[in-house]
Amino acid sequence: MSDWLEATFTEQRPRAIAALTRVFRDIDLAEEAFAEACVKALTVWGTDGAPRDPLAWLLTTARNAGLDHLRKSQRRAAILSRHSEEFQPMPAETPDPDELRDDVLRLLFICCHPELDRQDQIAVALRVILGLSVAEIASGFLIKPKTMEQRITRAKRKIAENPVAFETPTPQERGVRLSEVSLMIYLMFNEGWSTSSGPVQMKLTLCEEAIRLARLLVRLFPAMGEQSALLALLLLQHARRHARIDGDGKLVTLDDQDRSLWDRSNIAEAMALLQKAQRINHRGIYIIQATIAAAHASAATSDKTDWALIESHYAALYALQPTPVVRLNQVAAQAKLHGPHFAINALETLTEDLSTYRWFHAMRGGLLQEIGDHRAAIKAFETVLTLTPTAPERAAVTDKIAISQKELSHL
Amino acid sequence: MIYAITIYGEPGVFEALPKGRQDDVMSRHSALQDALKNRGAFVSMKLMPPTSAVMVEPARNDSAAPLIVDGPFAETKENFLGFYAADFKDLDEALEYAKMISSPIARLEVRPVAWAGGALSSD
Repeated sequence: MSDWLEATFTEQRPRAIAALTRVFRDIDLAEEAFAEACVKALTVWGTDGAPRDPLAWLLTTARNAGLDHLRKSQRRAAILSRHSEEFQPMPAETPDPDELRDDVLRLLFICCHPELDRQDQIAVALRVILGLSVAEIASGFLIKPKTMEQRITRAKRKIAENPVAFETPTPQERGVRLSEVSLMIYLMFNEGWSTSSGPVQMKLTLCEEAIRLARLLVRLFPAMGEQSALLALLLLQHARRHARIDGDGKLVTLDDQDRSLWDRSNIAEAMALLQKAQRINHRGIYIIQATIAAAHASAATSDKTDWALIESHYAALYALQPTPVVRLNQVAAQAKLHGPHFAINALETLTEDLSTYRWFHAMRGGLLQEIGDHRAAIKAFETVLTLTPTAPERAAVTDKIAISQKELSHL
Repeated sequence: MIYAITIYGEPGVFEALPKGRQDDVMSRHSALQDALKNRGAFVSMKLMPPTSAVMVEPARNDSAAPLIVDGPFAETKENFLGFYAADFKDLDEALEYAKMISSPIARLEVRPVAWAGGALSSD
């Protein structure tokens, strides 16, 4: 029975913590109060069954638990003096959806606090909003739980010292918050999808939790094309998780993946979301990236990929986001359209900007191998090995070096 | 009489269950589908999350076109998640089948439906 209840708490947590944070103006107290309400729910729902509106029940109970804490604690005076008028008995009804929407967005935005570095923002979001344990988060980032605990505590202190405004945001502020929060979710997924370095390629917990947050945003803002597209993009990438690493733990490139291993239900949902997003708005960084991912997902085989479409979308993305990494991806599509010689020349202009970016050297090595310049290819692959690749990448690159060496020995 | 077994619940709760519990739920659905298949024709549909929906609001007047609305939709506590439809002898029989997929995360409604035409293939 408790599994079902736990799942309900997990689902309600982001909205409950968000509303409680507005009530108490204090994240720690909101978390404590919610935890207490869940403990109470375990007994009450366990005997009487779950209420029709679990969120309202949890909020009422948590609010009372939090007030109880305040009465007993030292913090009472400080917090009560800030907003005593709000501590009136609250009826057990579902909170106003618009208010709740701003509450959740605010809480997400609080986690994106500019004083925190990106990894700490993600860690705080995982802890506070999604309710992962410190140990789970630590293993997600492959660091010691003790260290993670200290980092989260420090991050929360910084947040408390520079509070975010609790007034209802203006439409402009809401837009800024939404794009900042979307970027954090995107980067959380990326950290899970292509680990910066280490023994594993993917940290699926981070990917799954990023998808949960993206779902939450779409639920709050169903008419925003970019947020639907962000969720579509993450689902399309995530769909390939089982095909990306082979049985020997080696990274498999998109061209060589067994497409029957792609998760069709993820892809179907993503396509529905993307079609909706494209209806709403046609230009945005997530819509373009999701369109590219969808072109890959809908190609039955690597040969049937619509590279011209993909190339033109990278060109559009480059117009919005002129970064060397976007340009690199565009060149990768051009390599398919115009051949490896063309692409090797196009890469020249990126040499300086991407000298420490291992994917640049990996791609260059692959292209050089294709035209038979094995000496240069080996050099490029060896550069990859100096740039802290993950273990699955290292295995794949080592294989490629061996192939080129074999070719050279035949000459 | 054709009865629809409709499923309501909060989206996301199933996904939050541990893998073993998810498998429990899914095996109940497989059992129901096998049982229905052995009796004859049936349909089952799992709806995509409500957030992927677009609404067509009726036109305000004769000269206007229907209005397409992308959201926001009202935050409802329970959502329509999916349904089965098959020919059953009577309500009791339909209820017996519905019980096969009963679980704490979903509320089921068994409701007579009238066939209104159509054909659908899963291919």
